[in-house]
Amino acid sequence: MSYQIPKFRHPDLPVNELGYTRADYEGAISTLCAGCGHDSISGSIVRACHELNLEPHRIAKLSGIGCSSKAPTYFLGKSHGFNSVHGRMPSVVTGAAMGNRDLLYLGVSGDGDTASIGMGQFAHAIRRNLNMVYIVMNNGCYGLTKGQDSATADEGSASKKGDPNPFSAIDLPGLALQLGATFVARSFSGDKGQLVPLIKAAMSHRGFALIDVVSPCVTFNNNAGSTKSYEFVREHAEATGTVDFVPMREEITAHYAPGTGTEVTLHDGSVLHLEKLDEELDPFDRLSAMVAIEKHRAAGEILTGLIYIDKDSRDLHDVLETSRRPLNTLTEEDLCPGNKVLANINSSLR
Amino acid sequence: MQSLQSVNEFVIKFANVNGTGSASANNLFAKAIFRMGVPVCPKNIFPSNIQGLPTWYEVRVSERGYLGRRGGVDIMLSVNPQSMPQDIREVEPGGYFIYDNTKPLDLRLVRNDVNIIGLPLTRICNDEYKDPRQRQLFKNVIYVGALAALLDMDFAVLTGLVSDQFKGKDKLILPNIHALELGYQYAKENFACPIGVRVRTADKVGDKVLLDGNTALGLGAIYGGATVAAWYPITPSTSVVDAYEKYAKRLRIDPGTGRKNYAIVQAEDELAAIGMVVGASWNGARAFTATSGPGLSLMAEFLGLAYFAEIPTVLFDVQRAGPSTGMPTRTQQSDILAAAYASHGDTKQVLLFPSTPKECFDFGALSFDLAERLQTPIILMTDLDLGMNDNMSEPLEWDDERRYDRGKVLNAEDLDRMERFGRYLDVDGDGICYRTIPGTHPEKGAFFTRGTSRDEYAVYTERGEEYAKNMQRLLAKWETIKEWVPKPIEQDCGQDTDTAVLYFGTSEESAREALDYLAEDGLRINAMRVRAFPFNRDVEAFLERHERVFVIEQNRDAQLRTLLMAEFELGPDKLKSVLCYDGTPISARNIRQQILQQMPGHNVTPLRRDRLVSAAGE
Repeated sequence: MSYQIPKFRHPDLPVNELGYTRADYEGAISTLCAGCGHDSISGSIVRACHELNLEPHRIAKLSGIGCSSKAPTYFLGKSHGFNSVHGRMPSVVTGAAMGNRDLLYLGVSGDGDTASIGMGQFAHAIRRNLNMVYIVMNNGCYGLTKGQDSATADEGSASKKGDPNPFSAIDLPGLALQLGATFVARSFSGDKGQLVPLIKAAMSHRGFALIDVVSPCVTFNNNAGSTKSYEFVREHAEATGTVDFVPMREEITAHYAPGTGTEVTLHDGSVLHLEKLDEELDPFDRLSAMVAIEKHRAAGEILTGLIYIDKDSRDLHDVLETSRRPLNTLTEEDLCPGNKVLANINSSLR
Repeated sequence: MQSLQSVNEFVIKFANVNGTGSASANNLFAKAIFRMGVPVCPKNIFPSNIQGLPTWYEVRVSERGYLGRRGGVDIMLSVNPQSMPQDIREVEPGGYFIYDNTKPLDLRLVRNDVNIIGLPLTRICNDEYKDPRQRQLFKNVIYVGALAALLDMDFAVLTGLVSDQFKGKDKLILPNIHALELGYQYAKENFACPIGVRVRTADKVGDKVLLDGNTALGLGAIYGGATVAAWYPITPSTSVVDAYEKYAKRLRIDPGTGRKNYAIVQAEDELAAIGMVVGASWNGARAFTATSGPGLSLMAEFLGLAYFAEIPTVLFDVQRAGPSTGMPTRTQQSDILAAAYASHGDTKQVLLFPSTPKECFDFGALSFDLAERLQTPIILMTDLDLGMNDNMSEPLEWDDERRYDRGKVLNAEDLDRMERFGRYLDVDGDGICYRTIPGTHPEKGAFFTRGTSRDEYAVYTERGEEYAKNMQRLLAKWETIKEWVPKPIEQDCGQDTDTAVLYFGTSEESAREALDYLAEDGLRINAMRVRAFPFNRDVEAFLERHERVFVIEQNRDAQLRTLLMAEFELGPDKLKSVLCYDGTPISARNIRQQILQQMPGHNVTPLRRDRLVSAAGE
């Protein structure tokens, strides 16, 4: 069952440019476990969409199967949602995006849904640079089936059952970089200060934007010995730098010391301000990003923040040269060549 | 020896090596007969291979208009030593065996009851051409020229075809005509032309076209308004999307911007292909995929989602011989049950069975209307025989007044007028509910599409009664669907009979011919061609009216018969099977033989010597 959140709101809740309060971006009450990292991510999505002044009904939220894939019920209640089949959300988004290029596509997946059953579709959506935001709620285990290790569980990490995982872990940002992803970030569900601007930047990026969010499973994988527990992640997260996102048309008011940051103008005119902490990482250079991920991994650290961005990327519509009008708005007049053309085709077949 | 004598009624088969350019020469031969106004039906029998294995091209020539496989071969043109022993065995007594006699024929193969004609094709080529590739390519054209002399064909038609075929590559025209002449002259000088079997100009073709079913399907998708094609290459369906792309490049470019009013995505596998179709259709675009048996198996999970979540989905299944990889380049109708009940849980899928290229086009376009009207997958079931062979077909037609039926879709104004939108609320009592397209309205109409159980307002529920109510509604919708799908076509024999045949798809032409044979045998029976599943009430009434119904199909397990038994709760006695599953299209002689064998009291020896493909296959 899903339960609706009571409609009563404090009258003074701040509204955005569209007149919406943050509550207008919320969904049904979560049925995930109390303290689940996924709920924090949902909260960050709500905040990001509110602050970006997005019209909720122009966002489509799609997911596969699993705890993570249930999460879209718990945010953006005015948006169409699609809870598809296990590991196949990328293909559904691909078709949806081909059908209507004007919606914002938010894919939500988990580590099982992405790194195991959905690995093929994840990889190919990246290759095609599909214009979407792909958030992995990554807890290293299968929650809904009671805690089996997933393919992103670190080697040697132990879940609640206690057995250390004997297999090597799939690092999704590293893999995405290798596959040609044009926006790669990692964050932690408990770090909204970092996650919210990353989501905003991902939503303004044209092309495939991956955010791998480590999101502890409080029930099955938050124990000592797990590398995806709240405690472990807090202690081992290494941020690439701070990220500040300034939407299009908004004046940059924050003050940055000269020479400490980089400003990136995205295709829609919004601006990203990156405050660099990691001296060796150049987020505009794929190779540097790949090296940084591996270095931190070798040191037992989790690199978070914006890892790589190609702000001039061409998405699948650019590559296919499809009409700028959404294909789902075309009518008989645009699509059907008529009987006269058919008569000519008949003649060519005699 | 009595040589076969026939004008405009014969079967000729070409035995070639694949990858040697024989296909276009053989096609030239078939098309020339078509242009001479004589009905023709060529069938390509080819290996799952690119170069070096035996391949055949069987051409049925029939002024009477029989376009299925008859069975037997009157003229065998054999240029492949690999298959020669088998090829010469297939020739009817009194028939003709034409071969390349540059190397003498193995004496053990010689038959005294067939005419053996040797053409020194290799020698002629070696004398004429230096380039090995030319030697190989022109060898094929030379035998077509020789056939023109032997069969008394109109040589001007052949040269005209060559000119049409190489329009734009004009320097190829003269060498090809020269090669035709080489063969023509050799035959004229060395044999008494024409032989007993010949072609005479007629007027039996009318305005018909020569077209393969896959091209017709691709055009159907263009005319039906498909904008998204997602697919994974698989024989024999690949040319559906190839044709869609070919015509889209011509007919779907926006004149103002030069951009495409379509998107084709070659997916990573069939799971993704159908997922993309589901996603695009959910978003209100018309989308399709094309596949064959193995792809259908992979798509099953998504087909269940589309059935249960009620998402319009169009899938073209060009069937081939299964199970598993089976015989990928041979034909069968063996995906019927897998498609009809595709996916786990209680599912039933809508199937369409075209039997001609014209119907591929019509049903192809209709699929998109039906998918949106009925909000469920539409699986169009064709096969390799129809899909990949040129078939003589009625010309394609489109009514310019026709509007796409988008089904029950609510727009923003509709939603404004509504109190509360229920995605799975059966307002009209026909089991079909109203849907919304994402992005329609800022406040209303959004819902969660899911494969999990939900109530009428699309809210997740595990309450058994809500789940059961929804499943019942889907059954009510199934009843509605019976009124929307194409009706069967009946053929009454004009006489009181308790016996009938029932068939679908590509069995039609051979069945029609077999019924004529049976009438000559003194057995007149009624016929029905089924064109869709669910079967509508006409099918039930037809079965009730007859005591004995032969169900003709091209698979081992009598899958359509099983479907009829299951849907109408019939006992097995009433429905008899006529089957062919050796990978070749079923032949008229085969159908006649199987029906006679199963008729009570009938013990008729075949009138014609037949190369029997028994019920057990070859």
